[in-house]
Amino acid sequence: MGVKKPFLPKEAINAGYSFEAIPEGIDPDALLQALTQEVSHRGFVVTQLDKLAAWAQSGSLWPMTFGLACCAIEMMQTAASRYDLDRFGVVFRPSPRQADLMIVAGTLTNKMAGPLRKVYDQMAEPRYVISMGSCANGGGYYHYSYSVTRGCDRIVPVDVYVPGCPPTAEALLYGILQLQRKINREKHFSRC
Amino acid sequence: MATPQDLDILGRQIAQEIGTDILSWSVSHGELVMTVERPSIIRVLTYLRDSESLQFSQLMDVCGVDYLGRELRFDVVYHLLSLLRNQRIRIKVEVEEGVPVPSVTSVYSSANWWEREVFDLYGIPFEDHPDLRRILTDYGFEGYPLRKDFPLTGYVEVRYDEDQKRVVYEPVKLPQAFRNFDFESPWEGMEFAVETLFPMKAGRRSDG
Repeated sequence: MGVKKPFLPKEAINAGYSFEAIPEGIDPDALLQALTQEVSHRGFVVTQLDKLAAWAQSGSLWPMTFGLACCAIEMMQTAASRYDLDRFGVVFRPSPRQADLMIVAGTLTNKMAGPLRKVYDQMAEPRYVISMGSCANGGGYYHYSYSVTRGCDRIVPVDVYVPGCPPTAEALLYGILQLQRKINREKHFSRC
Repeated sequence: MATPQDLDILGRQIAQEIGTDILSWSVSHGELVMTVERPSIIRVLTYLRDSESLQFSQLMDVCGVDYLGRELRFDVVYHLLSLLRNQRIRIKVEVEEGVPVPSVTSVYSSANWWEREVFDLYGIPFEDHPDLRRILTDYGFEGYPLRKDFPLTGYVEVRYDEDQKRVVYEPVKLPQAFRNFDFESPWEGMEFAVETLFPMKAGRRSDG
């Protein structure tokens, strides 16, 4: 038998791959080549539905255009040309019905709490919330004020908290990337 | 920019014209301040606006001040600007709690929302105001938050109720009450640390 032992990377061996299951007498290289040809000929890719959905969702997070205070200025910077949220498929939408992400950027007052929840309720599932800045996280500078809600998590469920007063554009960007990671770990179809 | 001398001349001129309506006036911190009888505020402002030589045509601001403990507890303060003279004037009215001040919306229509704001935050009513409602605070807000005897944290806080599916109001419940940190300035604290850690340096500083 003139079959040469094919090269298998160390990582693949560590991950449990081997050529053991291939029957004797079949050249693994030829087998792989044939398989690749078949796949490329038919033109399809195999993946899990979960991963596909997560890929699609995390790659097109559309936030609601919703600024409450000075953090919104920093949010605009994140969206502008230097940090350019478009690169991550993050495009601000002017309607909650088209948005799947809400960035609570700024001080949430008691008077605004109701409208904020209303906007959140109008968003379609699956929806996510990023709390941006000290005020949205827990009242921040205005924690003891008579008119400020002590954290927007009293009103809406929050996925990612971005600290800072205000957070830099990088910090918000990092928060959005963290949210993408979180979405990528989600399993939608194996829950029930 | 008007000098204190200019303002003094202006003050004398106004006092000469409508002296009976003016309780007192002074030039302090480079600004002309006049205290006026409450019932004559409309007359005074109308005069300042319409006088040929003054023309205080703009009302820049109306605000309130709470002097807790004073018999006439509140001040209502009007800031005027004359584009003709490039000069400003501040008119004050002292008023008791609950006593209405004549609205000046008939003189300056811009006073409308400012008087609403003063009413909202201090609870000073304005007589003959076309639409005296709260303007800034929450719907159904109780109390007047800029009064000195209003508690900092107010009376209610909000949260979303999962069962009722709406935002509900509850009495304020703070895990930690507000504290007024009264320690010394951190820079002074640094000096103390320097004295402890580097007595030589600290000694030199006290010499110098």
